[in-house]
Amino acid sequence: MIVLDNVNKYYGDYHALVGITERVEKNDVLVVCGPSGSGKSTLIRTLNRLEAIDGGRIVIDGRDIHAKGVDVNALRAGIGFVFQQFNLFPHLTALENCMLAPVRLKRASKGEAREQAMALLDQVGLAHKADAYPNALSGGQQQRVAIARALAMRPAIMLFDEPTSALDPEMVGEVLQVMRALVRQGMTMVCVTHEMGFARDVADRIWFMAEGAILEKATPGEFFANPQHPRAIQFLADRNRH
Amino acid sequence: MLELIDTYWLYFLVGQYPEGPLGGLALTILLSGAALVLAMPLGLMLGIARVSTHRAIGLPVGALVQLVRAVPLLLVLFWVYFFLPAVTGIKTSQTATMLIVLVVFDSVYLAEIVAAGIRALPKGQLESARSLGLGYGQALRHVVLPQTLRHGLPSIVNQLVSTIKATSLGYIIGLSEVSFVASQINTLVFTQAVEVYLILALTYFVLCFGLSRLAFLLERRLQRRPVAAT
Repeated sequence: MIVLDNVNKYYGDYHALVGITERVEKNDVLVVCGPSGSGKSTLIRTLNRLEAIDGGRIVIDGRDIHAKGVDVNALRAGIGFVFQQFNLFPHLTALENCMLAPVRLKRASKGEAREQAMALLDQVGLAHKADAYPNALSGGQQQRVAIARALAMRPAIMLFDEPTSALDPEMVGEVLQVMRALVRQGMTMVCVTHEMGFARDVADRIWFMAEGAILEKATPGEFFANPQHPRAIQFLADRNRH
Repeated sequence: MLELIDTYWLYFLVGQYPEGPLGGLALTILLSGAALVLAMPLGLMLGIARVSTHRAIGLPVGALVQLVRAVPLLLVLFWVYFFLPAVTGIKTSQTATMLIVLVVFDSVYLAEIVAAGIRALPKGQLESARSLGLGYGQALRHVVLPQTLRHGLPSIVNQLVSTIKATSLGYIIGLSEVSFVASQINTLVFTQAVEVYLILALTYFVLCFGLSRLAFLLERRLQRRPVAAT
């Protein structure tokens, strides 16, 4: 479904993504992990063109998404993106956050969008907070609304960029629970995360990145039991020590 | 003082109207209002252009902003009134001259308020709007500007208050706004300068202070709908 073909990106002289060639199948859950500064976020942000690439191709559903003439808005409308910092619209209620894009992009009438938004908020366990503004919600609740907002466009793919990294520890669980429910529905997902428990339980594939390159790709079973690359071994050892 | 008010109140309020052109306090208010109504959409457009990543758009607007900010309003008033007709051959009335100058100044200052507000908003707001599939224009209109304008409301009101006060510079080119009318009254009465200019000062104060209060109340109402922490 997603094919990366020798993707390269530079920030000036810095080689941020080094010749990434991989694929993600439909209905797969891919977890990308690695130390900070390894290019995980840059990589996931190239998948909906929040970041441009300097070489190679990214093909989603047979389309080269970084090619000239691609309708970037239509592309993004089909790909949900969840940010580390939630980025809810603070001047809109939880419900309005979930209605804005479907209504403005004419995917639904106001009534339909409202109904769908309520259903999605219910799905993330926040129907009772529909009329609350983001600043009245906890971090975990905000992130769940952000997931509902992304789902409101009925995306075929969901991208998560460290969705629990900005949360207090006691709120991580509620967000992961929502993500696990999505996995059960068969959503194609790419998650950049440090939640190794989540990776172990639900990932189909794990990519380990460092210095802009994928150093190891494996199933969770292989990765946690028998990591191959010295950097991956080191990374997992550091994780276990905490 | 009561006699003064009793004799000249109508002249103070509307100038020579209906015998002559509208003037006095009415002209001051009309000019300020018209200037802001015209400058608001212009300022919005210039402000959006100012933060454009296309240098061909951003740079000329930036240059215009720097130029206008670095020149006194009075000087531009002279230019438009004396220099422009010499070049174009069309004589502009005092009212039109003042309106042009006010609109130019207001739109540039409003553009800076809008641009600063857009820059101050966390980058994630635009990114998350765009990642939902909204175009740049839609993201600006529905996500960025509602927050920017709310943040900028105090500055916008400040600008309107400045506009009201700036109309008094029309005095220099003989525009019969309220300051000009007051000085005419002073010439006629001759012995009550303190009273005349006290009334004038009070008039400006009531106008500007009232506006600030109004904006304050509006701001408090809007505060129920919060904006992103910066």
